[in-house]
This record gives sequence, structure tokens and C-alpha cells, in this order.
Amino acid sequence: MTKLTHLTIKAALEGLKKKEFTASELVGAHIAASESARHLNCYITETFDSARAQAKEADARYAAGKALPLDGIPIAMKDLFCTEGVQTTAASNILRGFVPPYESTVSGKMKADGLISMGKANLDEFAMGSSNTTSAFGNVINPWKRKGDNRDLVPGGSSGGSAAAVAARIAMGATGTDTGGSIRQPAAFCGIAGIKPTYGRCSRFGVVAFASSLDQPGSFARTVEDNALLLRSMAGYDPKDSTSVNVPVPDYAAACGGSIKGLRVGVPKEYRVEGTNAEILALWDKGVEMLKDAGAEIVEVSLPHTKYALETYYVIAPAECSSNLARYDGVRFGQRSAGENLIETYENTRAEGFGREVKRRILIGTYVLSAGYYDAYYNQARRVRKLIWQDFIDAYQKCDVLLTPTAPTPAFAIGENTQDPVTMYLNDIFTIPASMAGMPGMGVPVGLSADGLPLGLQLIGKPFEEETLFKAGHALELAAKFDALPQLLAA
Amino acid sequence: MSGIIKGATGDWEMVIGLEIHAQVLSETKLFSGASAAFGAAPNAQVSPVDAGMPGMLPVINSVCVEKAVRTGLGLNSVINLESVFERKNYFYPDLPQGYQISQYEKPIVGNGEIEIDLPDGTVKTIGIERLHLEQDAGKSLHDQHPQKSFVDLNRSGNPLMEIVSKPDLRTPEEAAAYVTKVRAIVRYLDTCDGNMDEGSMRCDVNVSVRRAGAPFGTRCEIKNVNSVRFVQMAVESEARRQVDVIEAGGTIVQETRLFDPKTGTTRSMRSKEDAHDYRYFPDPDLLPLTLEPDFIEAIKKTLPELPDAKKKRFIAMGLSPYDASVLTSERERAEFFEKAANGNDPKLAANWLTNELLGALNKAEKDLSDSPVRAEQLGGLVALIADNTISGKIAKEVFAEMWESGKDAAAIVEEKGLKQVTDTGAIEKLVDEVLAENADKVAEYRSGKDKLFGFFVGQIMKKSGGKMNPAMVNDLLTSKLKG
Amino acid sequence: MSIDKDTVGKIARLARIRVSEEDKETLAGELSGILAMVEKLNAVDTKGVAPLTSVVQMKLPMRADVVTDGGIPEKILQNAPEHSAGFFVVPKVVE
Ligand SMILES: [Mg+2]
Ligand SMILES: [Zn+2]
Repeated sequence: MTKLTHLTIKAALEGLKKKEFTASELVGAHIAASESARHLNCYITETFDSARAQAKEADARYAAGKALPLDGIPIAMKDLFCTEGVQTTAASNILRGFVPPYESTVSGKMKADGLISMGKANLDEFAMGSSNTTSAFGNVINPWKRKGDNRDLVPGGSSGGSAAAVAARIAMGATGTDTGGSIRQPAAFCGIAGIKPTYGRCSRFGVVAFASSLDQPGSFARTVEDNALLLRSMAGYDPKDSTSVNVPVPDYAAACGGSIKGLRVGVPKEYRVEGTNAEILALWDKGVEMLKDAGAEIVEVSLPHTKYALETYYVIAPAECSSNLARYDGVRFGQRSAGENLIETYENTRAEGFGREVKRRILIGTYVLSAGYYDAYYNQARRVRKLIWQDFIDAYQKCDVLLTPTAPTPAFAIGENTQDPVTMYLNDIFTIPASMAGMPGMGVPVGLSADGLPLGLQLIGKPFEEETLFKAGHALELAAKFDALPQLLAA
Repeated sequence: MSGIIKGATGDWEMVIGLEIHAQVLSETKLFSGASAAFGAAPNAQVSPVDAGMPGMLPVINSVCVEKAVRTGLGLNSVINLESVFERKNYFYPDLPQGYQISQYEKPIVGNGEIEIDLPDGTVKTIGIERLHLEQDAGKSLHDQHPQKSFVDLNRSGNPLMEIVSKPDLRTPEEAAAYVTKVRAIVRYLDTCDGNMDEGSMRCDVNVSVRRAGAPFGTRCEIKNVNSVRFVQMAVESEARRQVDVIEAGGTIVQETRLFDPKTGTTRSMRSKEDAHDYRYFPDPDLLPLTLEPDFIEAIKKTLPELPDAKKKRFIAMGLSPYDASVLTSERERAEFFEKAANGNDPKLAANWLTNELLGALNKAEKDLSDSPVRAEQLGGLVALIADNTISGKIAKEVFAEMWESGKDAAAIVEEKGLKQVTDTGAIEKLVDEVLAENADKVAEYRSGKDKLFGFFVGQIMKKSGGKMNPAMVNDLLTSKLKG
Repeated sequence: MSIDKDTVGKIARLARIRVSEEDKETLAGELSGILAMVEKLNAVDTKGVAPLTSVVQMKLPMRADVVTDGGIPEKILQNAPEHSAGFFVVPKVVE
């Protein structure tokens, strides 16, 4: 039998049902794996004790024939989801020690389905970053390494801890949030699959906000079908979130394995941007061939405003973040630094509580919203955003799903790319357009680079048609047969 | 007080605009399910949403939307089918989110106008600029500790309607009449309790001065004035101050000021240097608020008759404009009047209500709601006067007894035998008696001393205990004296 | 448009973040870099384009006016850096 930590969620559920092993054994194996992978720094807060206790309860339900849909499956919970009674930090010093008296809707639904959280996964501070190097709780290390190069690589970000945990087989799945690519890009860097559903599909209630009009919870797992199982648990209408959409949640797993004969796959010509790694462009061509061989019809489409997506993002996201993060003032929760008077207390609290990247974004956001600049920056960005959205709507007249690269490069070494913020921002160039338009996007691992690093492709779908993504993603996965293991596990 | 300020260099005119914050009468807050009631223990009515905790999101209260529309209709204003909630960003300890959710470019209610009733009985039309929905802030206590402030978030997130007037007001009396009218309207509509003591209605007063006909001067905003009287006082003293500053060669700086009721003057709030950059932008946690025309029509159908319409109807019934405005200034009063006047002479009912009952209540420091004389009872008394059962003079006696005992007028008249005598024979007999007893005075009268007529009436009334019908006494006396 | 040291100081004050003099210098450079990037947006012709309000195509949902929350002062205060007698406590605000 395969090691318990190498099972897919689907296989684990079958094993639990057949009593081949217990949830306690499954969770125990993942705790042991986590302990030996602590150097990856995947968790900010480990919750192994409560995981063991929950596993016992799951076992009792299995014994009684009353198992919940995903009972006993150990997962990692991005530390942006508020969890009642468990420290929630958003990887920021300003929230160190914060214990929410409430539970996020998504984590609550997952718990109700029997999923067991192993801990609060590390991330970029307030989900701002693409390398998981802005966390106040230290960098996350990618379990993959380049061939013949021992340098530690970044897992991508912001959901770096979640992606690394799943790739390192210390959790079977994980939650993430994606604002500009924070699920899809780390999935690509870590050689796993991940989905950011349509904006409005998963509730944002209880998720620490970064940019409200873009933030969307989603999942990570090693297979497309495992993501289908997780997303079904996470998704659904929530009256506590005014942007949550009331549409039924289909059985996504049922879509996996369906034929893609006649599926129209759009290839946007504008995604051949300069500076993209040649291996990635080659992989993209290969992906197109794979889907074509599986029966898809390939069409070239145009998303002319894509080239402005990154710029639009770097106005809108900081603007919203500057306001969303105003609540961290040291009055009601979190850390407070001393000051001579109230204003100084605020200024010291926020200077010491926030890291560099967060402060940078708050300042740029404050600037673009301030008097005199609002229309030129913020409103212009919202107008361009409308054009970006319209591009997708137009493209979907010709195709059902888009295929693009996920990230312009494979994982890079810690410190390699971090000098200039703008260079770092280019990491999200392929993922941001779908975020701006609120479209669902899925990352699928498809191949390895010459130096042994995973490379992924992205599928972008129509609003609330995640099923098409699962169908196409599953077909791509089947064709790609990606089964490489990170060096951490191969060794 | 008047709108003209006599300065050393001549006359100045005041220009006044009001922003009234009226708390929507609702069970819960604008964006959370915590209670919006007044007076709970600190932080007992706070949800994590109101405390601005991480990941918390706003969901709008349908009743607040409905009542804002209702109020807009009552203010004869345009209802906007699409409005947008925006964030007004600034830091303050009682503003938990670091921003107030308000409406800025697109409010739920646009232009309108209302009529105000001035003490001299005239009416003036005042423009309404807008009404928007917004969250209230919490409350900070600054005087409990030498180095600390204490923050209670119970009020945080309470639903407010901010009603903004056009700068159409010109005197302190007009400002007071405007506040009184808006208060009456929201109370008629049941959209705000109008309670200024508990802060459910608060006024920001904008005042500037100018030479008659000149462009507007620079205005100052006096924050949170919490009674109609203080509004008048604040306007008066602020306008005076501005004139003094200008005439001394200074200029008015646009700023926020506070009214101190103890001194009756305003003072500058330490000006927040960045207060003017609120960085408004549409709240991404909320979508634009869209209303269907049917929804607005349905609300229109449930509107009660409002003070101005009622006033016009009362005038048509024969009341003086003054009485009509006194009686419609409060919903309870108008309702009381309509009950008392039911089937009666409206003018007579109005007189008895405004002169006798309201006077007595005022003296006893009682509200109409705890009046010992009920509306139907007052109506009963008026009916007895109208059908000549009792005279006006006797009615006063009966009223006093009603006030004391709570009995109906008819019962008192019956018990005490106060019924007016209208039998010609009986009256004639008494007239003859009095004339006989005063033969000398009769002679004097006949020789031209007309004034004695009143003396004879008095004697007759005295003998009858006031029960003789005065008109009949007059007629008979006149004819007998001629004879 | 580029951002100078003074502007950094001004927006840092608006955002209530203390920034040291030398950090102002660095930030001025970084923020100017970001601005230079986003200024590309000015080249886009957006005449007649209404700003996008939300990617969600629906009406603003409303809730019933029923008390469902509150009554938990101890939970509201449990994370406060300083509280007393049911109140949050902050350095004195001078008005
Ligand atoms: Mg105001
Ligand atoms: Zn206001």
C-alpha cells in the first residue's frame, strides 16, 4: 500500500470507508510528516492536538456508519481565514495573538463536512506578495529544488504555506485565497493543482480582507478531482457576504472525467508576452496539443486589454487595501505600540505592526484615492477594468474556456527577485486578468523545466461554470501525467 | 432675533443651512444584526461587524432602506433608483473600521422641498439638497481619566439618515422652524423618534454672513447641536462672531466648531489638518443599491397625511393658519384635534384645545398623551356649548371639573344642574324682576346711560347662577328697556 | 508623476504610519516606480466607459431587521490591548 501521505483525497476517503485505515492513522501520518518538514515553515500555528481529537470523532462516525462527506481528511487552512478560538494572524505582526471569537463561513463549512485542519498555513503578510517572503512569521520554503542547486526556492504566494504543505505531502489539501493569482501561481511553483472560483462563489465572510472586489477563497490539492471535492465543500451562497451569489453548487467531481470533445479552447494571443520563459511557452503549446488530442477545438482569441491588467490591479488592489487595513489601529485587537498621544500611538502601531510590502501598498493606495488623484488613477483603473471584463465576455462568444501559462517563470530562489517591487509584481501577469474580471481560474501542473522544476498551465472559465474548468483541467491532467515528486520526498 | 445683524459698518444677513442626522427607527443597525436600542451597558450591543473585526462584512438592513425612501417621499424629494455606498476614510477611536460607510456622489434621496411655519403665521419654502444613509460612530468618553479615553461601540453602526437642507434659511427662527418641521415629518412617518435628548436627532448647523444680495460668505459648521433652542442660540452667536471678525478686519476660516450651551457661544474644534481628505470611494463590500419603481409606489401608498397637507385641510375646515400649524406641528396633537372635532364645530374645538387644554397641560407640565381629559371628552364639552346646553362661561367651570375628576362633560352638567335656561317665560320673569328691583337705574338708562345694559345682564346672570342663555337674555332685555 | 519625500510624508500621515526620514527617501523611489508603471493606464481610451462597480451581476441583497447579533461584550473586548469596565481604553483624545 502507498504511504498514507501520498494518497489522494479521493483514495483516502475510499480507504477510510473500507476501514483500510483510520482517520487517526491518516491524521497521525500527516502530523509525523509535518514534524519532519518543519523547516519548510508551512504553518504559523499548528493545531495537531485538535486535529487528533477531531480524527477520533471522525473514526467514531465511520464506525457508526455516519461519516460526513469528507470526514477525516487532513488539510491546511490559510491563516487568512478566521478560526474561532485559534490564533489568526494574516502573517502580520499587527495581528499576532489575535484569537477570533467567530469562524469564517468557508472554514466552518469545511469543518462541518469533516475536514480536519492541521494548522494555520503561512502566507505573505495580508496576502500581499507572490513569493511568501513577506510573512512576519518567516519565509516558506518550496519543497522543490533545482537540479544540482541547493538554494531554497520560494513556493510562490501569497498562499505559499498552503501550496508547499500540499506539495510536501504534509496536508492532503488546503485552502487558499486568490486576489491576483495567490492560488494559481503558488500551485504552479509547487507542482500541484489549485482553483480560484468565480468571484462570489465562496463567501468572504471571516476572511481577512486584502482587496474586497478581488479576494476569493479557493483550494489546493494534488489532483484536479481532489480540488473538486474541496471546492464543493467551500462554495455556496452566504447571506453574510453581500457579494456572495445565490446559485446552486454542482457536484464538481462529477464533471471530472467527462469528455471534452467539441469543447472550444481559446488561446489568447496577447499572452505571449515578452520576458516569458521559453520553456513555459513551449509547455503552453504542448498543453494546446494535449487538449486538441483529447477532442477539444482550438480557437485563437484576443483579450486586447490584458496588457493593462497588471497596472489596473496595482491601482485597485492597493486602494482597497489602504482602506481595508485602516481597522488595524491597535484599539480593539492586535498589537499596540506606545506613543506620546493617540495619533502617535496609531502611527507607531502601524509602523511597527505592518511589514514593508504592506506599508508600500497602503501608501500607494492612499495616494491614488487622495484628493486630486482619484479620478486620474482610481476611476481610470475602474474604467479599464470594465474593458478587461468586456474582453473576456467577448472572447467567450468564441470559446468555452481559455488556456494560458500560469506564471512567466518557474519558482525562483529566495531573494532572487525581490529587490524591485515592480519586477516582483510581474509574477502575476497571467493570473491578474481573470481576477480583474472575476472569472474562475484553475492551475494544473503539466511538466518540468530543464532544471527539474514544476511548470503549470492555467484554465480560465466563464462565470459560475467551474464545471467546465474541472472537465478541461482533468483532461489536461490525464494527458500531462504529471507525477514528479519534489526533491524533499524523492530523497 | 431677526436675520439682520447690525454691525458697526452696516447690516449683515445670515445664511444658514442645516444637516440633520436622524436615527432610523429600526430594531437593528444599518449593516449588522446587533440591536440599535438606546441605553445598553457598554459594548453590549456590538457585533464583530460593528467592532470592525478582521473579515467582517456589511449586509444592509431592508427596513432602513424602506424608511429612507419613506422619509424622502415625506420631504417631497426625488428618490434615486440607484444609489451607492461609499467609504469615508479617517482614523478615530470610535470609528472601528477606519472608515464610515456613507453615501457620497449618489445618495438614495435627491432634491426636494418642505414648507416651514413661522411664528407670524407665514410660510416659507426651504429646499432639501439630499438625504443619504450612513453609519453612526461609537462614543468616546474623554472626562473619566486624566490620560485615557474610553470607547463604547454600542452606537457604532446605528442607521442614520443625513438630511441636508439648501442654504435657504435666513434667521435663527427659520432654522428652528425648519428643525421643528423635519422633526414633525419624521415622527408622522414613523421613521425616526425625533428624540433630541437621546441623540436620535442631531443637527450640524452651517452659518455664514454676507451683505444683503452679496455672494455667500465662508461658512463654519457647528457640530452636534442637540436642541431646537440651541440651534437658534448657536446661529445667533456664530453669526455675531463672524460679523465681529470681519468688521475687525479679519477673515472667516472654514472650520468645524462646537456650541457650548453653558456660554451660549461656539468655539473652534482643534482643526484636524487632514480632515479634508476623506478618500471617498465606493465600498467594494457592497453593490450599488437599486430600487424598483414598484417598491417606491408601494411605500407611497402607505404614507400618512403629512403636516402640510393636514394644515391645509384644517384651514379649509375654518381654522386660522396659526391654529392649524399649532395643531399639526405634532402628530399626536393633530390626531387629538380630529377626534375632539369629530361631529363638532372645528373652530370651537380648536379653540378649546389650543387655549384651554394645551394651556392647562403646559401649566401642569404634562404631555398630551397623559392628558386627564381625553379627546372624545373634550369633543363632548364642545358639543354642549355648540347646542346651547351650556354657555361658554359655564363650560370653563365644567372643564375644570373634568380636569379634576376625569368625568364626562354631560355627566357634570347633569349632576350640578348647569343646564342653560332657554325657556322664554322663565327668562322674562327674571328680567322683569331685575328691572323692578332697579327702577332708578332703568330710568337712568332710558335717559341715555347706555352703559347700564351690562349691569342688568350681570344682575340677571347672577340671579340665575349663569344658566340663562345669554343671547336670549340680551334680546328680552333690549325689548323691555325700549318699552 | 513622481512622488517626492514630502508627499510620502503627507500620505504616511494620512495613512497613520510613522515613516523615518531615510525611509521616506527609499519609499519615494519605490512608490514613484509603481506610479510610473500604472501611468500606462492614461494611454487607454476610456471615453464613454462607465467604471466597473462590481463583477457580480446582481442586486444588493438586504437582510431582515431582526436582532441576530450583539450581547457578547466579553468577546468583543477579549482581544483588546487595553480595556476597563466594559470600555476599550485608548490614550486620551484631545479635541
Ligand atoms: Mg456634517
Ligand atoms: Zn453625516
